Amino acid sequence: MTDLAHIRNFSIVAHIDHGKSTLADRLIQSTGTVKDRDMQEQLLDSMDIERERGITIKANSVRIDYKANDGEMYVLNLIDTPGHVDFAYEVSRSMRAVEGSLLVVDATQGVEAQTLANVYHALDADHEIVPVLNKIDLPAAEPDRIKQQIEDVIGLDASEAVEISAKTGLGIPDVLEAIVTRLPAPKGDRDAPLKAMLVDSWYDSYLGVVVMIRVMDGVIRKGDRIRMMKAKAIYGIDKLAVLKPKMVDIAELGPGEIGIFTASIKQVRDTKVGDTITHEKKGCETALPGFKPSIPVVFCGLFPVDANEFEDLRAAIEKLSLNDASFSTEMETSAALGFGFRCGFLGLLHLEVIRDRLEREYDIDLITTAPSVIYKIHQRDGTLMELHNPADMPDLTLIDHIEEPRIKATILVPDEYLGDVLKLCQDRRGIQIDLTYAGSRAMVVYDLPLNEVVFDFYDRLKSVTKGYASFDYQMTGYREDKLVKMQILVNDEPVDALSIMVHRDRAEMRGRAMVEKLKDLIPRHMFKIPIQAAIGGKVIARETLSALRKDVTAKCYGGDATRKRKLLDKQKAGKKKMRQFGKVEIPQEAFISALKMDS
Amino acid sequence: MPTHSPNSLRVALPENWQIAGFGLYIHWPFCAAKCPYCDFNSHVAAHIDADRWKRAYLSEIARIGSETGDRVLSTVFFGGGTPSLMNPDTVADIMDAVRNTWTTANDFEATLEANPTSVEAGRFAAYRQASINRVSVGVQALNDNDLKALGRLHTVKEAMSALDVAHANFDRVSFDLIYARQHQTLAEWRAELRAALELSPSHLSMYQLTIEQGTAFGDRFRRGKLPGLPDEDLGADLFLLTQEICDAAGLSAYEVSNHARPGHECRHNLMYWRSGDYAGIGPGAHGRLSFQDRRYSTETELAPGRWIESVEASGTGELSRQILSEEDRDLELLLMGLRTVEGVDPRRLSKRHRVDLRNESLLDLEYIKLDSDRIFVTPRGRPVLNAIIQELVRQT
Ligand SMILES: Nc1nc2c(ncn2[C@@H]2O[C@H](COP(=O)(O)OP(=O)(O)OP(=O)(O)O)[C@@H](O)[C@H]2O)c(=O)[nH]1
Ligand SMILES: C[S@@+](CC[C@H](N)C(=O)[O-])C[C@H]1O[C@@H](n2cnc3c(N)ncnc32)[C@H](O)[C@@H]1O
Ligand code: SF4
Ligand SMILES: [Mg+2]
Repeated sequence: MTDLAHIRNFSIVAHIDHGKSTLADRLIQSTGTVKDRDMQEQLLDSMDIERERGITIKANSVRIDYKANDGEMYVLNLIDTPGHVDFAYEVSRSMRAVEGSLLVVDATQGVEAQTLANVYHALDADHEIVPVLNKIDLPAAEPDRIKQQIEDVIGLDASEAVEISAKTGLGIPDVLEAIVTRLPAPKGDRDAPLKAMLVDSWYDSYLGVVVMIRVMDGVIRKGDRIRMMKAKAIYGIDKLAVLKPKMVDIAELGPGEIGIFTASIKQVRDTKVGDTITHEKKGCETALPGFKPSIPVVFCGLFPVDANEFEDLRAAIEKLSLNDASFSTEMETSAALGFGFRCGFLGLLHLEVIRDRLEREYDIDLITTAPSVIYKIHQRDGTLMELHNPADMPDLTLIDHIEEPRIKATILVPDEYLGDVLKLCQDRRGIQIDLTYAGSRAMVVYDLPLNEVVFDFYDRLKSVTKGYASFDYQMTGYREDKLVKMQILVNDEPVDALSIMVHRDRAEMRGRAMVEKLKDLIPRHMFKIPIQAAIGGKVIARETLSALRKDVTAKCYGGDATRKRKLLDKQKAGKKKMRQFGKVEIPQEAFISALKMDS
Repeated sequence: MPTHSPNSLRVALPENWQIAGFGLYIHWPFCAAKCPYCDFNSHVAAHIDADRWKRAYLSEIARIGSETGDRVLSTVFFGGGTPSLMNPDTVADIMDAVRNTWTTANDFEATLEANPTSVEAGRFAAYRQASINRVSVGVQALNDNDLKALGRLHTVKEAMSALDVAHANFDRVSFDLIYARQHQTLAEWRAELRAALELSPSHLSMYQLTIEQGTAFGDRFRRGKLPGLPDEDLGADLFLLTQEICDAAGLSAYEVSNHARPGHECRHNLMYWRSGDYAGIGPGAHGRLSFQDRRYSTETELAPGRWIESVEASGTGELSRQILSEEDRDLELLLMGLRTVEGVDPRRLSKRHRVDLRNESLLDLEYIKLDSDRIFVTPRGRPVLNAIIQELVRQT
């Protein structure tokens, strides 16, 4: 139990790769929270996918004990957040649990789109913000110019920005002092009824469901009977701990403190992030406002490659959605793919991450159908239908018109790449709203159809600007347009999982790109395979995949029998990872890869 | 197949392997230099204690002989590595031991793999004395540039004279060529193959260059530094051209990469493809041995040093001996047997119902054919044999 004046809770926010997780490393290390020999880079990025991709996907919290220059001990709770736009919800949610933010800005890059977006989130959450200029060890660092930029673009006083190198450890003591002196202590009433915010929860194969909370008022102890107010569920606390970042048991948590508990929770759905936790008896009256729900914008079907794994998939999805409140699911059936789920995501990276996690952490091979956004189908009879899956598109004669979601995209880009960015936005049916300059950088605002952005816009943007552009977007609303459903026929059979909605004027181009891609993605078979794109009954693009001509191995003698047999076993297993459409086997990765455009 | 009476397949023999006979494989793991494409168990050694190696082989022959001494031995094969680097004495002592251990078949075949340098050709007469009756010569290419690119130590001229010496000493001579080399065109291969046929070989092995992981070529390929390799279509065309030219010259394929005049097929290799029994001795040698109803797969220590120490210390170079499941036996029967023109007798399969012998699309495409007592892959199907086998065993 720590008194409020000696607690500081904050999130570390920044544009992607500006060094949040590295800064968290240094804070953890310099306070001796983790011994040097147990340190590793981006310690908090513990998931395999995070380490492989070198990015943070899940927000993570750590409790640090810090002896400040005033001689007092402080408890610091830091939350390291992800920087990628797809995980913005994770950031805004984390901010609700703390009072301040360290706004990290890469001193070689300056203010980027997510820097701006995060400032807005922080202001929304009434945060005190401490700007931190990172990577000043690099020769390209321009701290003074970037400070000016922060003042000009964000309107934040940067005169007292802390200059650091999270890599070398330079300036870390100043960050710690700034946390203590410039961020506010939490407020709360120890004697009031318990009121705690359910910040996060996850499934641990050892402990079961783990719940992370921030206590606002009152005190929670091991053994307490608690109530989840919205879920109306009652549990007894089995384990109460803080994360350092290892779990360390603690007797109680009071106002302002952050920690975790377990409570033999059976119903995964009882732990909704944003819910309020109080005592079963003498609980608080009013619940916390909760979190704004996240709005999934990309949808796709996830089906087990092996139809027998449907129940495993269901269980895995339930556990995973516990850890990631921002993805939505509902059951779906498809003629070709059997039982599966239609899932909604915050973006394509989010989709890929969830799919990867399901495959790895739960060992299920998945088919992912072509991602889609939600279209509004206005039917002749006056009814409105929300189309999540192009396969469900009603007969054309029943349709009056179709609306698609639009976004407002903000792109920051150095001058020299502006032309490429404008062309990209134009190609994607964008309408320019604004174009302003801040020094040598342009800020472009575009109105774009979401379906042109969802798949690979971000990748394309990065590639045409050599990584120098940054991007953020918000949904704005729906607008009518000439939209059609494009089907893909493989060996003359339509493959529903590859159907997409496209703008009529872009259909030929998209169709051609897709059939060309598929020709490379589908392995040769013993017969030749026509691959076509069609609208209604009309073929708009066509490729032919030649028949397999040669695969025989040159040498096979006595010593090769074992190896060749094992290879055959492996090939048989590989085939199981493909889905059969008519006589054709399509590899699972084809369903997303086919949609990515090279230009 | 003329070497064995076709009737031999129709007789339901008690032991599966006896249809194909019993052979002995002897692995010699040393070479003068390591070729960049080669993933065989071959090593360059500064010094080889010939006597010590001889004793080890003799000890292994005695060990295998004690469990198979009652069998008739059809073939011996000295493979490598480069067995033509072996002392003729060593070969002679091994062959003596072989004949003292087993009754040899009337058409007993004893092959030795040889590299065509003058040093090695100089030993051919002595090998004949040691009762080797067939050599297989690693010519690989008939142009000096490509020989160099393949890391070979001989020239075309040396290879030609080595073949002359071979023909002077042995009735049965084969040589190997590697094609589908970097930048090789159809026209170039046609000319080279014609030149090879000019030498009127009675047996010819022609392998498409395979890029194997863990070889120098494998590394270069991965780094994109091995340009000019044929794509699938050119590979197929090269293969078809090879069939066409060899057929016309009376040297049809009896297996994917092996061509012979009738009667000159390699009996040892046919034994492999017919799933016969074989003992494998020497570093990394594999074996298949059947006792009663069981068929075992054996393996020896791979590293030459470990192998010889193990033979000396424990009296066996064998590292593992595992029972092959019925499924695995079936897979091997098909994997090996369908490489040959004669194909496989389905009655030899233990789980015949699980193999899709009547696969409609394969029959429709005329990739396979079924006779009353055999299933075989047609010349049309042979280039895509892997896909055919995968299709046949989908259910297993
Ligand atoms: N030279 C230098 N490199 C740094 C510094 N801080 C971080 N980096 C490097 O910048 C890269 C990104 O660092 P991270 O800490 O993963 O960045 P992040 O902001 O957590 O990234 P996301 O979580 O993906 O948004 C890594 O390669 C770090 O090693 C620094 O002070 N100096
Ligand atoms: C075991 S090697 C040994 C024979 C002998 N040491 C020699 O090199 O001539 C047998 C044959 O396999 C063939 N071979 C080896 N590696 C190959 C590869 N990577 N691709 C194609 N053929 C290969 C060569 O034709 C070689 O002659
Ligand atoms: S190809 Fe023959 S000579 Fe070359 S390394 Fe392999 S075994 Fe030795
Ligand atoms: Mg990070």
